[in-house]
Amino acid sequence: MTTTVTAAADGRTVSKSSPGAARGPRRTGRIQRIGLPYLLLLPALLLELLVHLVPMVIGIVMSFKELTQFYIRDWGTAPWTGLGNYRVSVDFDAPVGDALLHSFLVTVGFTLLSVALCWLIGTTAAVYMQDTFRGRGLLRALFLVPYALPVYAAVITWVFMFQHDNGLVNHVLHDQLHLTGKPSFWLIGDNSFVALLTVSVWKGWPFAFLIVMAGLQHIPRELYEAAALDGAGMWQQIRRITLPSLRSVNQVLILVLFLWTFNDFNTPYVLFGRAAPQAADLISVHIYQASFVTWNFGTGSAMSVLMLLFLLVVTGVYLAATSRGRRAADA
Amino acid sequence: MRSIRAAAIGAVTMSLALAASACGGGSQTGGAAGDSPKTLTYWASNQGASIEVDKKVLQPELDKFEKQTGIKVKLEVVPWSDLLNRILTATTSGQGPDVLNIGNTWSASLQATGALLPWDAKNFDKIGGKDRFVDSALGSTGVQGEDPAAVPLYSMAYALYYNKRIFADAGISKPPATWEELVADGRRIQQKGKQVLGAEGSNVSENIHHVFVFGKQHGADFFTADGKPDFTNDGVVAAVKQYVDLMAKDKAIPAGNAEYAQNQSVSDFAKGKTAMLLWQSASANLKSQGMSEDQYGIAPVPVQSGTPGAGTQVDSMVAGINLAVFKNTHNPDGATKFVKFMTGDEEQKILNKAYTSIPPVGSAQADPAFNTPANAVLKETLARSATALPQVADESQFETTVGTAVKELFADAAAGRAVTTESVKAKLQKAQQQMPTK
Amino acid sequence: MPRSPMAPPRSFLWSRRVFLTLLTGFVLVPVYVMASSSLKPLADVSGKFRWLPSGLTIRPYIDIWSTVPLARYFVNSLIVAGAATICSVLIAIFAAYAVSRHDFRGKRVFTVTVLSTQMFPGILFLLPLFLLYVNIGNATGIALFGSRGGLILTYLTFSLPFSIWMLIGYFDSVPRDLDEAALVDGCGPLGALLRIVVPAAVPGIVAVAVYAFMTAWGEVLFASVMTSDTTRTLAVGLQGYSTLYDVYWNQIMAASLVVSVPVVAGFLLLQRYLVTGLTAGAVK
Repeated sequence: MTTTVTAAADGRTVSKSSPGAARGPRRTGRIQRIGLPYLLLLPALLLELLVHLVPMVIGIVMSFKELTQFYIRDWGTAPWTGLGNYRVSVDFDAPVGDALLHSFLVTVGFTLLSVALCWLIGTTAAVYMQDTFRGRGLLRALFLVPYALPVYAAVITWVFMFQHDNGLVNHVLHDQLHLTGKPSFWLIGDNSFVALLTVSVWKGWPFAFLIVMAGLQHIPRELYEAAALDGAGMWQQIRRITLPSLRSVNQVLILVLFLWTFNDFNTPYVLFGRAAPQAADLISVHIYQASFVTWNFGTGSAMSVLMLLFLLVVTGVYLAATSRGRRAADA
Repeated sequence: MRSIRAAAIGAVTMSLALAASACGGGSQTGGAAGDSPKTLTYWASNQGASIEVDKKVLQPELDKFEKQTGIKVKLEVVPWSDLLNRILTATTSGQGPDVLNIGNTWSASLQATGALLPWDAKNFDKIGGKDRFVDSALGSTGVQGEDPAAVPLYSMAYALYYNKRIFADAGISKPPATWEELVADGRRIQQKGKQVLGAEGSNVSENIHHVFVFGKQHGADFFTADGKPDFTNDGVVAAVKQYVDLMAKDKAIPAGNAEYAQNQSVSDFAKGKTAMLLWQSASANLKSQGMSEDQYGIAPVPVQSGTPGAGTQVDSMVAGINLAVFKNTHNPDGATKFVKFMTGDEEQKILNKAYTSIPPVGSAQADPAFNTPANAVLKETLARSATALPQVADESQFETTVGTAVKELFADAAAGRAVTTESVKAKLQKAQQQMPTK
Repeated sequence: MPRSPMAPPRSFLWSRRVFLTLLTGFVLVPVYVMASSSLKPLADVSGKFRWLPSGLTIRPYIDIWSTVPLARYFVNSLIVAGAATICSVLIAIFAAYAVSRHDFRGKRVFTVTVLSTQMFPGILFLLPLFLLYVNIGNATGIALFGSRGGLILTYLTFSLPFSIWMLIGYFDSVPRDLDEAALVDGCGPLGALLRIVVPAAVPGIVAVAVYAFMTAWGEVLFASVMTSDTTRTLAVGLQGYSTLYDVYWNQIMAASLVVSVPVVAGFLLLQRYLVTGLTAGAVK
């Protein structure tokens, strides 16, 4: 593999370029100092190119082709359709576009709710567990169990619990608490959105917890001590020190939670199978259906590219807004 | 400092070398590339109680083949959840197995890709001729008038499985032969506190199989003669409505079944919760779930008139598995030999017995194992009253769009919303508009 | 690391008790369902749910090994996730160090590009990536698809972007004076990284490693098309308990618990590093 070569080059160059050490002529040292960051980045860059960027470019090319079962065997022969696939995808008056729009809106709503809940629960738990108390280690391990379970196992367990006739959820809500007049359906119909959200939050919040918990370790203790001397109480310390210090961790955490949740395929797929109920028709499964199940990779790719553009815009706006906010706060 | 730097370099090199060596370390799949003519890769579908069971069934046969021909067959049993995706990726990349099992309803769609070896007269001669296979099974091997994309391997048909005990308790002497009888029997069964008929309302493929047969019984087709989707004609709408009405109006299918997609209806039946089940070749399955053969009876699926037959008396789709050869194979001769072996009388008997399916090979059907009362029903159905699903390239899209529409209609019915001719038509209209336009 | 010497107020303690109790319940109910179902005969599992099982059996724990080759899948998953984690964390440490401590042209472009890879829907590049691997395989003879190596490569790049971003943040919070002092003392940049920055950022690195491991551990879509029977990972392999006949609920639950025990145990060992104030010394 090519990366092995770069790593060796990387290491060699690095070993020569220590500033301040009188090894080697000055000039090459400078060049190497400029080159050093690039060498350090090279492995990451190469791998991202191979696994993400190049395939993505191929994917974008696919979106301009009519790639149905008639052509997938030999892509070269697939006719170019120009913007045809895009036109079908965004024609919101026709069923394909209409379904895509619906799916998009469902996904946005679902993602916002899920991310908000995951972040809120994760941060609250991390802040509450900042101080030592009896059983903290046990709880901390326990809270990571949803995250440690293989996705399929976790989701299939929820499927099991959400069953109409035999599931735990209806057993509790209907048989034991008598909250509902008759057992509800969770895996089909409108409630499926709630089911999906529950599973997503159950599986997702421990990650926020993990990251925030690690972030809390970096807050210098002196800050708290100083605040305590100023007479700030526990709640004030959390508000004035803990949360602002988490800002940079949160900036990335919330963004990636958003991106992952938006693109999450495994959860809805295991929960609902290849035909998701309308109320929970997430975009990832929708696109999967459009490409793999109906064998139309061109349209599927066009839809993916549209989502990519949307996420790019969201991320751009988000980063601009949060970075400005950060600068303002720092000033 | 030197040692630290050395350690750092070492760590990086090691991690990348690890990745690199792991890259080469895994075992090769596919193996179409660089194969010697003495090996074949075979993707089998999951037919038995588990993948491990399948391996135990197939491996001795593959060993037998190796002894006969000297060709070693590398077996991989691919789970259904992955099979179609694996075939699609193999098709796009050209890197796949030599021989593979496909669901017979996929034949036309896969045929359109051109990835499978066409079975022209010459190829059929190599495996003993086309007329070895029964007609109904050949009907589901690709678009009519073109060379088949695969040859039939196992055949299955739908039948009505009924619980003898529940029928006796409800005072029903014989299984229903028409849908009216089924609904009437259902009322008596319900009085005994049992569920009437099991269904997999959220399973897209199951839905398709049933509404297709109902369509036939209404004299309607989902596709026009030249292969264009025609989901909204009156016959199709009436057919879909009749199926969903088994839950919505007749209450024969319990509302809870609307969310079934993982064969829960079979375990309900095996446990004696449901009186009847429409299923394909369920015997082995029921046995594995602890229901012995004397506890249930098997009858043809009801039809509108009471006697199954051709035309509007069709009562089952032709279900089954086909065996295909991947065009990219480097060992076409070996692959053809293997197909000949698998479709030979001896293997057909062994394998179809193991999977309780019916051999699509006429001469193998004579074996007494396929003439038990249960198998006789299935055999009769396949011979007389079963029809292949539409053999069009868009079959896969049809399954998805219409199957999903039926799933949504079941969800409506389960939630107590009205299922009307208009609502059925609207759903089917939407399904049709999502079909490829060409 | 206690926040302050002051005793927390009552309101804090009470709200903490309530919140953590509710959360524990939310987390535990499905786990309890798994544990209890894994000890029931299949007929009981697919029947009406009951909090207390009527009959217990350890049969599922015996059957799981023969229904699917669970042990092999487990080993595959461990190798794939372990190697992907090690490579990903190492590469991310170097990249994050470059961004955090050096100014160079294209820094912004790099970070944004790396982050943007998180926006690609997996569906968009599943097929192209597969094609790419096959072509690389044909051209060089390195079997990337169907092998563990291909999966390792794929998964390590999945976790790389977030790992880099998080580590940049963690490295930034380590005061620069520390590594500058080390540089003055004659350490090379790598020496400064390994002796000063990395030890100070251990909690962050452990968190990132846990994340990288879990990403590889649970991925389903790519594993389902890129593995064969011999290289299949757990995440996909567990689906083998749902067969053409029936869903072996009790075995799924038993198998999930069995394979999760080592992972949770591993985490228990690691969490010391995740939270002890190893940073405290460096920051002071």
